[in-house]
Amino acid sequence: MSTTLNHVGLPRDAYKGAATTLCAGCGHNSITNHMIKALYELGVEPHLLAKMSGIGCSSKTPAYFVETAHGFNGVHGRMPALTTGAHLANRQLIMLGVSGDGDTASIGLGQFMHMIRRNVDCTYIIEDNGTYGLTKGQFSATADLGSMQKKGAVNTFQPIDPCAVALTLGCSFVARSFSGDGKQVVPLIKAAIAHRGTAILDIISPCVTFNDHDGSTKSYSWVKDHEESIADVSFIPFFEEVHVDYEPGTVREVRLHDGSHIVLKKLGEDHDPTDRRAAIRVIEEGRAEGHLITGLLYVDTKMDDFATTEQIPQRPLKDLGEDELRLSPGDFAQFMSEFA
Amino acid sequence: MTEPIVNDLTIQAATVNGSGSQTANLVLTRAIFHMGIPVAPKNVFPSNIEGLPTWYQLRITPEGHMARSDKVDVLIGFNVATWREDLKTVRPGGVVIHEEAFSTADARTDVIYYPVPFAKLAKAKIQSDTLRKQLANMIYVGVVAGVLGIPWEALEHGVKRQFLAKPKAVPINLDAIKVGFDYWQDNFSKQDSYRLEPMTGAVEGKVLVEGNQAAALGALMGGTTVVAWYPITPSSSLCEYVIAYADRFRVDSKTGEKLISVIQAEDELAAVGMAIGAGWAGARAMTSTSGPGISLMAEFSGLGYYAEVPVVIFDIQRIGPSTGLPTRTSQADIGFVYTLSHGDTKHLVLLPGTVEECYEFARDAFDYADRFQTPVFVLSDLDLGMNLWMTPEFQYPDRPFDRGKVLSKDDLEKIAGQWGRYRDVDKDGVTYRTLPGTDHPAAGYFTRGSGHDENARYTEGADAYARNMDRLARKLETARHALPAPVVDEAGRKVGLIAFGSTHAAVVEARDSGVDVDYLRVRALPLSDEVLAFVRSHERVYVVEQNRDGQLYDLVRLALPGELVDRVRSIRHYNGQPIPAAAIIEPLTERETVPA
Repeated sequence: MSTTLNHVGLPRDAYKGAATTLCAGCGHNSITNHMIKALYELGVEPHLLAKMSGIGCSSKTPAYFVETAHGFNGVHGRMPALTTGAHLANRQLIMLGVSGDGDTASIGLGQFMHMIRRNVDCTYIIEDNGTYGLTKGQFSATADLGSMQKKGAVNTFQPIDPCAVALTLGCSFVARSFSGDGKQVVPLIKAAIAHRGTAILDIISPCVTFNDHDGSTKSYSWVKDHEESIADVSFIPFFEEVHVDYEPGTVREVRLHDGSHIVLKKLGEDHDPTDRRAAIRVIEEGRAEGHLITGLLYVDTKMDDFATTEQIPQRPLKDLGEDELRLSPGDFAQFMSEFA
Repeated sequence: MTEPIVNDLTIQAATVNGSGSQTANLVLTRAIFHMGIPVAPKNVFPSNIEGLPTWYQLRITPEGHMARSDKVDVLIGFNVATWREDLKTVRPGGVVIHEEAFSTADARTDVIYYPVPFAKLAKAKIQSDTLRKQLANMIYVGVVAGVLGIPWEALEHGVKRQFLAKPKAVPINLDAIKVGFDYWQDNFSKQDSYRLEPMTGAVEGKVLVEGNQAAALGALMGGTTVVAWYPITPSSSLCEYVIAYADRFRVDSKTGEKLISVIQAEDELAAVGMAIGAGWAGARAMTSTSGPGISLMAEFSGLGYYAEVPVVIFDIQRIGPSTGLPTRTSQADIGFVYTLSHGDTKHLVLLPGTVEECYEFARDAFDYADRFQTPVFVLSDLDLGMNLWMTPEFQYPDRPFDRGKVLSKDDLEKIAGQWGRYRDVDKDGVTYRTLPGTDHPAAGYFTRGSGHDENARYTEGADAYARNMDRLARKLETARHALPAPVVDEAGRKVGLIAFGSTHAAVVEARDSGVDVDYLRVRALPLSDEVLAFVRSHERVYVVEQNRDGQLYDLVRLALPGELVDRVRSIRHYNGQPIPAAAIIEPLTERETVPA
């Protein structure tokens, strides 16, 4: 048991939750662990964290990390609405939404898109396994064309790619990763949380029970064989010093609102994460070549988030009392006289 | 000429939607109100932007009756498309002011015609090409003023009041009114018996307010800070008034920051979801909708009930089923809303019967929601919400917000963090909650719409489930005694009458007109024990409501012991038009020997 304290004085154990009830080997459990690591290392204060989710295997996971934080497991596909409301009530909260591919790309596609359109300040993690686990293995809308179910049924429909949808809508932070790639997932979770605006992180997370066989494009072996990272990503929080000693031209840095930095080390072709059209092209080309492109696809640090656009104060609206919220007796009397 | 009829008439303007007639009608309304005469306008409008027929009824009575009348005394025939049908609605001896070009060949001979060449007058006398169509309506205001004797000073007031925000528009509108006024003076002599004369004592201290305006003001006074909505008639104006009033009163003058967030959602699912998210995080949150929107809100309403999240949901009822008649009124959501969502869901429902109650219940709904940690529905309707009603001025609240059982950091320290979100410590079914952001390690808990125990942990346990459902029932029982009690007016009569919401106006008028019954007006669900007592003390009780199936009638009977059930009868009105007193007087007279 690690007793090293993070910068807010908490041990890693403070970020643990209840025992998982998902299947052994489920990709979601790995993501839960990445989440614990990221939140611990970032030094997120548990009381300021709000864990939000919809319905499905993915949406159960907020119970499995940071037990002392508030969490809300709502209704299917509607996590964005709950998150938007809670955020407006209290801008101080760190909104962390966990959703699945059914929750996001089918029943909740509308809310997913409209949350992006508004750029609500939150992290939106999609635990994406291409299948409906709790109802025993039906295809979801992110399943690839031609991908097979366990018993051989073939998916005949085009997939909805949450990252491509997000990019098309002008989402201010879009990334993809793989549950088995902790080195990439952890810094991306940190960056998503530090980002001010809607951060979409689509994590391919194999379902060991219903979608981990030959013929599936969401299995461990398929993703391991086909994952192509566009850059090595590391995250330097605002409370640590930046000292980069890479060769010039091999690294890109993105400074986030809170002073944190994302450092991207070039792997193959150079990808500019501030170029939205390039991001769409990278995804399209990867798909055409049979690769799963992972990494930070796009980030826009200049776009105002919803609450800023709406001029909502930093102090929580929930804390305002009668003195500020009611019309004064004078204003009230004036108002009534206008009705006459 | 027969005996003059003073201050007791109904004017009906039959015009074309989108032509500017509503402004003319409001000027007329405000001018007459300014004379000290009670007015009760009803706007009957189509689901249409421009071109379809629309009617505006202005009821004028010395007593201040506010229900719709089904008899027209003065018709303003301004729409050729409905002209022949409109003519049939006029009472014998009534007045018909109409466009001269409309044919009166073979028309009724028992009414008095004042034909006016409105189109020609507009063309000749109104200079502005762009405003001619709108201002043509003002010409009929002038003619009506001539016929009924509305003083110029009252017309001036009406125009100024109507164009409060656009004073530049005052002279041009007054000029158009003058055209009609002069035409009347120059071309007619009075043939009819109707007169308007200034009154004193009838409208002093009173104002004209729409129910949605009143509710918007109430919501702001109730401290709402998160408003999520999706546009739908007849609810939209409620949120639009919130926006307008918030722009005046909720902007921090120093920083420009808004002390409210109003968000137009992508649909009603999201609207209520945002409000519930905000309620969960501690804001006083609301949404407002109607008809199809309330159907979409069923899913989240169940979550609000079961996870115990405060939220206020306005349903400004229109008539269904389905899209129904989107611009017509009804009271047909009461049964649905009461148990909105699957499973054993049951809600607190407030039933305002006046615009004053729209204000008060909107304001207090946030207290009830916080106190009982559950969705609170405010069930208004199109008639109440979108028409102007004469009302006493609203009262400034005399007590602070009631935020309910919320544990702060200090509270948690005092009890050493020993608490459970759904533990019924006080045995009233109402448990303690904490808000996200509370800086104490024991504050956090997991909210879910799935089965949970007293400590908010997931469970599918049979006993835990049943215990929780029993506690929720206990909570509702606690709330039932705290909600607005029925208003009862009884004097030991044998026959009683029960109603709710906007039906009230018709009941008042029916009783004033000689229907001698005791009266109980329901103001909330679940029903108060006073309803049972009322039925027990009457031989027969009629439930009057504006829906086809007698939904409140059903709820009342369900609340009664078997031996009382047969005492209850039902009177229903459901054609989309606000219920007139006649719809109560006639069936009651038929079914009862009503003492004079």
